[in-house]
Amino acid sequence: MINPKRITIFTGHFGSGKTEVAINYAVNLRKMGKKVIIIDYDFVNPYFRTKDAEAELTRMGIEVIASPYANSNIENPALPPEINKVFENKDAYVIFDVGGDDDGAVCLGRFKREFEKEDYNMLFVLNQRRIITETAGGAVNILRDIETVSRLKVTGIINNTHLKQYTEPKTVSDGEKLAEEVSRLTKIPIEFTSAKRDIIDKIDDKLVGRKFPLDLYINLKF
Amino acid sequence: MSERFLMKGNEALAEAAMRSGCRFFFGYPITPQTELAAYMAKQMPKNNGVFLQAESEVAAINMVYGAAGAGARVMTSSSSPGISLKSEGISYIAGADLPCVIVDIVRGGPGLGGIQPAQSDYFQATRGGGHGDYQILVYAPSSVQEIVTLTAKAFDKADEYRMPAMIMGDGMLGQMMEPVEFFDKRDESTLPEKPWATTGTGLKREKNIINSLYLKPEELENKVIARYKRYDKVKEKETMFEEYFTEDADVIIAAYGTVARIALSSVRLARQEGFKVGLIRPITLWPFPEKIFAKRSETAKQFMCVELSMGQMIEDVRLAVNGKCSVSFYGRTGGMVPNQEEILEAIKKLF
Repeated sequence: MINPKRITIFTGHFGSGKTEVAINYAVNLRKMGKKVIIIDYDFVNPYFRTKDAEAELTRMGIEVIASPYANSNIENPALPPEINKVFENKDAYVIFDVGGDDDGAVCLGRFKREFEKEDYNMLFVLNQRRIITETAGGAVNILRDIETVSRLKVTGIINNTHLKQYTEPKTVSDGEKLAEEVSRLTKIPIEFTSAKRDIIDKIDDKLVGRKFPLDLYINLKF
Repeated sequence: MSERFLMKGNEALAEAAMRSGCRFFFGYPITPQTELAAYMAKQMPKNNGVFLQAESEVAAINMVYGAAGAGARVMTSSSSPGISLKSEGISYIAGADLPCVIVDIVRGGPGLGGIQPAQSDYFQATRGGGHGDYQILVYAPSSVQEIVTLTAKAFDKADEYRMPAMIMGDGMLGQMMEPVEFFDKRDESTLPEKPWATTGTGLKREKNIINSLYLKPEELENKVIARYKRYDKVKEKETMFEEYFTEDADVIIAAYGTVARIALSSVRLARQEGFKVGLIRPITLWPFPEKIFAKRSETAKQFMCVELSMGQMIEDVRLAVNGKCSVSFYGRTGGMVPNQEEILEAIKKLF
């Protein structure tokens, strides 16, 4: 968060935790006094999405833009027209929470020209405890697939390795080794390491660099 | 057990199936189970298996019929409207005494309904769904970890009793992510022998016939009666449930799947406030755990069924308590999911 760009795009393997990281990123920017808009840009996942936290985010003064069909009873990958305004009025910081894998990233191509007109960050969220991204090879494949379909470049990697209630500091450190390896193979720097606030305070591994504490916003009903 | 991974219910089910020796998957995409087919498409070829997206649900279930007849461990998955389409094939598979695993990640109905979670296909699952006198095993997991153990069990029991087994979960269970541990991949040489399968006689035995058509009604009657004798054994040996705080409970909640977890949270809150409430969670929906309901009806005063439907399992609860207690209902439908506070309110109204 040291030098946030005006546009930050969160991508990654589906289920890697993009939504929680993106929401926390938006909340942090808001706490720094910025005007913030978060876009639920997920057109592949039917439930558990940014839209779920809309009421809480709105209360904090963060604007949420989502498909009119998000959380409805149909799946319709229609882009909300309000998105266009974020490229016209450049006074707000904008977070794109994108759907998982290359399937979810396809729709980024729609705004490729707008993204490239200004400085953006595209961050790749990585959880080593997801079977398909447990190895550097698997993770790099997904990262490259996302770059190919979006026609954009990933600028940073986020180690978001966790196992929900079974997360230990070592879980995060193990994920950091994978993130380092992915970084070495792709020459893309690690942007930060995210974990729940109570976990991140306990990490003393020197390998783990910039720490980004998370509060959880998308909750189950039990 | 190996190390833990974080998985969606749909993915965990696919992984557990492959580890159970499932080498054939035939399906057709539908929300909210599509991740299951997508995971199979990616991983099945690495497991020396076949993933095939059929041209329709009807085609997929008939491919399952064929593979099951040849003795393979085979699975298909869908969600509510897709299961309606598959029902004809399921009836044929049951009529030919073949094992297979069918996954139903239930969404709101009727008709196209919606894509949000529901349990309104309880009747469809537990009464067979298709035509004729038959039953299928129905397992209702309530966590991603339980999906893994019940998927392995479904394959084993389907083979043991030569009948289809269903894993039934609401959409939430398919979509939510939880940490899971897996069992090691099953050594295929340990899978049960299937001497009845149509694998070629090699001119060494009589030919096997897979069929559900009987020209003589006497013969068909005998077949059906024999099948129901097997069902009696299934009822006796394969019923599964869990219960919480039932021994001194005045009110007992009946709920299954993820709703049972929400209801359990409500029961715990009610207990903190001094209400004597318990919960029974059927794990097998067929065979239904009727004995535990009958037993608890001796001491409890009333039962309440909580479901994501207009009330379907409530009929089985009523049959099981056999008039000894009143059975009331609280539910949401159409893809709506109750929270623990509203179930708590419904519980308190019973006191």
